[in-house]
Amino acid sequence: MSPAGDPVRVPAGATRPGPAAGPRPEPAARDGPPLLEVDGVSVRFGAVQALSRVSLEIRRGEIVAIIGPNGAGKTTLLNVISGFYHPWEGRIRLEGKDRTRLPAHAVAALGVARTFQNVALFKGMTVLDNIMTGRVLRMRGSFLLEGLYWGPARRQELAHRAFVERLIDFLEIQAVRKTPAGRLPYGLQKRVELARALAAEPTLLLLDEPMAGMNVEEKEDMCRFILDVNDEFGTTIALIEHDMSVVMDISERVAVLDYGRKIADGPPEAVRKDPAVIAAYLGVARD
Amino acid sequence: MSDARRAGAAAHEGGTLDPRLDTFPKLAQANAARFPDKVAIREKDYGVWQAYTWRDYVEQSRLIALGLAALGFRRGDKTAIVGDNRPQLYWAMLATQALGGVPVPLYQDSIEREMEFILEHAEARFAVVEDQEQVDKLLQVKARCPRLERIVYDDPRGLRHYRDDCLLSLAELQELGRRFGAQHPGWFEQEVARGTSDDVAIICYTSGTTGQPKGTMLSHRNLIVTGRNAISQEGLRATEEVVAYLPMAWIGDHMFSFAQSILTGFTVNCPESSATVLQDLREIGPTYFFAPPTIYQTVLTAVMIRIDDAAPPKRRLVRAFLEVARRVAQRRLGRARVPLTDRLLYALGRVLVYGPLKDNLGLNRIRVAYTAGEAIGPELFEFYRALGINLKQLYGMTESSALICIQRDDDVRLDTVGPPLAGVEVRVSESGEVLYRSPGVFVGYYKNPEATRRTMEDGWVHSGDAGFFDKDGHLRIIDRARDVGRLADGTLFAPKYLENKLKFSPYVREAVCIGQDRPYVAALVNINALAVGSWAERRGLAYTSYTDLAQKPEVYELIRQEVNRVNRSLLEEPRLRNAQIRRFLLLHKELDPDDQEITRSRKLRRAFIADKYAALVDALYAERDRVSVEAKVTYEDGRTGTVRADVRIREADVFAAATP
Repeated sequence: MSPAGDPVRVPAGATRPGPAAGPRPEPAARDGPPLLEVDGVSVRFGAVQALSRVSLEIRRGEIVAIIGPNGAGKTTLLNVISGFYHPWEGRIRLEGKDRTRLPAHAVAALGVARTFQNVALFKGMTVLDNIMTGRVLRMRGSFLLEGLYWGPARRQELAHRAFVERLIDFLEIQAVRKTPAGRLPYGLQKRVELARALAAEPTLLLLDEPMAGMNVEEKEDMCRFILDVNDEFGTTIALIEHDMSVVMDISERVAVLDYGRKIADGPPEAVRKDPAVIAAYLGVARD
Repeated sequence: MSDARRAGAAAHEGGTLDPRLDTFPKLAQANAARFPDKVAIREKDYGVWQAYTWRDYVEQSRLIALGLAALGFRRGDKTAIVGDNRPQLYWAMLATQALGGVPVPLYQDSIEREMEFILEHAEARFAVVEDQEQVDKLLQVKARCPRLERIVYDDPRGLRHYRDDCLLSLAELQELGRRFGAQHPGWFEQEVARGTSDDVAIICYTSGTTGQPKGTMLSHRNLIVTGRNAISQEGLRATEEVVAYLPMAWIGDHMFSFAQSILTGFTVNCPESSATVLQDLREIGPTYFFAPPTIYQTVLTAVMIRIDDAAPPKRRLVRAFLEVARRVAQRRLGRARVPLTDRLLYALGRVLVYGPLKDNLGLNRIRVAYTAGEAIGPELFEFYRALGINLKQLYGMTESSALICIQRDDDVRLDTVGPPLAGVEVRVSESGEVLYRSPGVFVGYYKNPEATRRTMEDGWVHSGDAGFFDKDGHLRIIDRARDVGRLADGTLFAPKYLENKLKFSPYVREAVCIGQDRPYVAALVNINALAVGSWAERRGLAYTSYTDLAQKPEVYELIRQEVNRVNRSLLEEPRLRNAQIRRFLLLHKELDPDDQEITRSRKLRRAFIADKYAALVDALYAERDRVSVEAKVTYEDGRTGTVRADVRIREADVFAAATP
């Protein structure tokens, strides 16, 4: 039980690299062409029209909130973007390229990662292993070398582990690194799920109710993490959220869905004052 | 029995120090020359223990010092240090000392107004802090602390968009230092050489239980002489490993993780985060360890919860052998002979249970472990001694450079704190108060000569503790002198004594006993949410929040049994047996330093509590079984809110002494 046999030498003068030290896309790209274009997309489940002709643009580096009452089609929209559903009509372009018909794993390979409304972790696996699964799309190597854990396979594993450790540090989940994910409280599971999504180094991150079921403190933490992810990694984020104070605090733009239609899209203050939104979602004002 | 005791006058070092080695920066430089490649400090970061040698330690401190010099640091300036235990912050302390300045460590969980008071009082010009959380707090108070010029942060996370001119990252500071060093060769070495043993080495603000904190000034000489005396008595070596996890603002951490490390060259290990301490403890396996009783209690509670959840055969095996160990430890502490069967069982238990358990706790390599700060429960103390861990009691305070008494290895007792350390004189005043005098006695309170005069007379310091020497010359502490009181009918009543007994229960986190000029003793109890929560789960008792759990009738019954246990045990103390706890209630919220109910080092602020919970206290003495309260709580970011609850009151059993 001796402490870490060979001490890892850190060069003198190096203080703390931190995730901030890495290169990061310039936020200037925000004014360029949209990262994602959803163009007149409709989705039907039998007779149910889940989305009708919804259009949405997400620019690089933005945090966009998608809100709306229950059954408005928010999750369906995320599912369409992530390639889990395919639209019945309309187009989806990512970085200018049409990818309306790509399957989910191909969309993921293009840099779209997501978390789920109901946490979808591997419950019996440790937090570390769960996050490592987020690296799968970035792993290259032969079955044989991986099995032997030799040469390039070993180097690759170490590099991936180092990346995952940065995320663990970033999301402050060091204490549960080796804990099976299923044993964690709900708020922490959500955080682990975020870490797994980040492990894929996404350009677009889709969060489906990242703060559902959390207490005030957990929500505040999660808000900070989302802002930090956007800030440190330059990740573009689209999130569904019900807590209006959270939405108003962290998003630059809010899109409102109601019965499968987009009824508003703009800065939070403007959306909050939009009479259509007030009527549909926030409740009719009586004064 | 004589009043004054002077211990082992032969083997202690007096006041003369080698002028080449009379400050911590000089000593650290000597370490870097003597064993440059020995690991001085480790920090777990990104899941790996990053190690820094003594050469790195001094080099990093040198760059910080030169960076501060480039910013205009003058001799005598103060640097506030705020954050969890991090190598970078220890370096910042050494860097400040190297320039003839004084580091002022602050409790990292202090809220803004506490920080404001200390920063302003200490006149800190610079602050070196860990991360965004601390930067935010300092920026908030900066407007009211005009002397604070620069805030240096270590972890840049989240600070990218901060535009305040006073902010600077530690890496930038060191870069400034590198350039300044190139322009001014030999600056650092000259500044270090100018330091003397009587320079103030640190100002520790003590979180007084009454009034504003006082800044205790300790000189290099105070800390070096006291540290060395303890090192030679305890046989500490350069190969020790310690884990630095207690607040840097607390003198104990400064002594163990800074002073003694530099004096012997041993290795300090900084945990990954405050939540990983127990895991990191296990990975490091410290040989030298310090913890207040609450930490030992936390560890024991965690172990017991896991044992309770284990499969029945395992559980029975562990329970049976722990019982053997407890018997053996009790006999050894009581200096009785251990029967042969128990000795054999103990040997077997060492292989089957104690060894693996110690290994699991990370306490397998312990040579010396201390507990101090509060009285430790007999079960708790026996448990660790029983496992074969050399756990000893220690007595000290900030004003004595952390150390006054330490139990000797071969003479450990449950109810004393041991004889005075080499070089320390202790006597008990007429009124029963413990006084001490030693080379470690502080220089004075910063900018508070009035308080210094009140505390120190002819070099003798008033400890404020009531105690006495037993027949073997061991000091025994009873209570804070001013807390010992009397009930309305004149019965002697020692609140802390009762509270400690209550706190020996794993289910009780905190307790406040009241009785001064009252007809009987009553108690406000804080349950231990972890232990009681687990107890409730095992019984299928559903609860939603702390408040809800605390008000369950079943939980009241559980705590009532604990109160009864305390009352029964009082029968053995003839002087205190009439001060049994008659009525009690379970508080609806945890006592919290943010609400000023306890100090950052977890001491009760009685007057404040009595005032804040006056309605509850009145109800305890009225014939009521329920009272509704509203309490203000302060969140960590300084905002406040209110908690409303209905609190029950219950009676405990009072026992009469059996008539002989």
